[in-house]
Amino acid sequence: MSANPANGAGSRPGTAADYLLPAAGCATDALGLTSIALARLMPMFLWLGRDGLIRGAGPTLAKILAVPDLPGRDFFALFQIRRPRGITGMAGLSRHAGARLQLRLRDGPRTDFRGLAVPVSGNGGMLINLSFGIAVGQGVRAHALTNADFAPTDLAVELLYLTEAKALVMDELSDLNRRLETARRHAETEALTDTLTGLANRRGFDQVLDALIRRGTPFGLMHLDLDFFKQVNDTLGHAAGDHVLGTAGQRLRGEMRSVDTIARVGGDEFVLLLPGIDKAERLSTIAERVIARLSQPIDYAGAPCQISASVGITRSGAYEAPAAVQMLADADTALYASKHAGRGRWTLWSGREGDASDKR
Amino acid sequence: MHGLINRSIQSFLRDTYGPALWHAVARSARLDFDSFEPMLIYDDSLTDAVLGAAAHHLDRPRDSVLEDLGTYLVSHPHLEALRRLLRFGGVDFLDFLQSLDDLPGRSHMAVPDLDLPQLELIDEGADHFTLICSGGPAGFGHVMVGILRAMADDYGALALLDHTGSERGCERIQVHLLDHAFAQGRRFDLAAGSAGA
Repeated sequence: MSANPANGAGSRPGTAADYLLPAAGCATDALGLTSIALARLMPMFLWLGRDGLIRGAGPTLAKILAVPDLPGRDFFALFQIRRPRGITGMAGLSRHAGARLQLRLRDGPRTDFRGLAVPVSGNGGMLINLSFGIAVGQGVRAHALTNADFAPTDLAVELLYLTEAKALVMDELSDLNRRLETARRHAETEALTDTLTGLANRRGFDQVLDALIRRGTPFGLMHLDLDFFKQVNDTLGHAAGDHVLGTAGQRLRGEMRSVDTIARVGGDEFVLLLPGIDKAERLSTIAERVIARLSQPIDYAGAPCQISASVGITRSGAYEAPAAVQMLADADTALYASKHAGRGRWTLWSGREGDASDKR
Repeated sequence: MHGLINRSIQSFLRDTYGPALWHAVARSARLDFDSFEPMLIYDDSLTDAVLGAAAHHLDRPRDSVLEDLGTYLVSHPHLEALRRLLRFGGVDFLDFLQSLDDLPGRSHMAVPDLDLPQLELIDEGADHFTLICSGGPAGFGHVMVGILRAMADDYGALALLDHTGSERGCERIQVHLLDHAFAQGRRFDLAAGSAGA
């Protein structure tokens, strides 16, 4: 960015002579500017003599420098001009009149400034106006400045205001995001959970089944239906039915590992996924244990509710390319065979239609 | 209404009168949630219902509840950040008054969808001023009275404030600045995080 009014954008800054008024008079004569007016306009100005010694300074800059006897001090001893490179004296500064300068205090908090130097007529001196640029917060902190230290036209205070306001808004937004994320997780869990039993629901089950198939993990799948549940519902009422379902869910959970997925997918229907277990013997042992556990009477308000369970089993190893729909259909066929054979038993899908053999 | 405004009303009621009152107000106003989200926009009728319910439960005129809300916004420690943002407006109370025209613009800079009413300060001479609030929800002038009262305190100025009614959507507040530097104001460091801030 060129801050040079005498040249077109992108061109080199002008020389000192470009900034001098025509012969009629010098800037101060023409404007009749008092030092008080100058201080108000540019509280961070510095007036340098041709020898590079400070001849005057704005009140804010005097406060920042905080050195006794500021007039007469060597500007180049107090400030390092970082860009453009190589400016070590008045000749160099004069060559870069009108260009953006980057300066740093040599002592103390080594505050950074941006600056603009223009020549003042006649004596070869220069006037420099400084500002903090975007590091205004550090500058204000380091030098304990107040609103009154800035000219009303300076946007430094607005920059500080905006920095603070944006930080607050960002805090509110990240709080909101955190709350929304918690709500999202909660809603997601709810969407995948059967509210009565706390087990997974159909959607939760489908997600896990798809994931197992996608990853190629061997697994067993059981389709389980409670026997005599309808009688409990019909004789003792829905509350008893709900109690039995809840207890059955707890018992299932007690018989399975934590890595297994147990889902309630219909009124008294459950499906079970057992990752890593696809041996027929192990699956049938587990099924037997589950049936035995569910066949123990469930107490409801002093009345024993006697149910049992029928199970259809299939396993990923029985398929060349396991597919969710096919496995569910086969487990269902095996379950139907268990029911047909007198309930309270398991059937392993054999791989042949109409021959769900291997039963208890 | 912007969630920031609704949330301010909620915080005011909860911090000043306790969570039980806030819950009672939320129930009466038939909110179907416990808490306003500061960064969402709500239907204006909800704000109105909350203010009506608050006045009812506190058994106080709505105007005086609104004025207390204004005072709360500046003086409660939970809202120190807001007090700081307001203090950016001016070096003293008079400067602050004269910067009020900028307030909607300043709030826009921070939260682009937050629309505050237009404020216009008229200097009546002899330290008397009239502040005109226009285009805001009815009663906003009373919130401004509370804010100005608390800001005068904050700057250490002594001012008399009076809401003199509204006409065609414009609310008028009379300000009589008795003393610019009546007391030591509260400290304000321009850059947050300065020593003592």
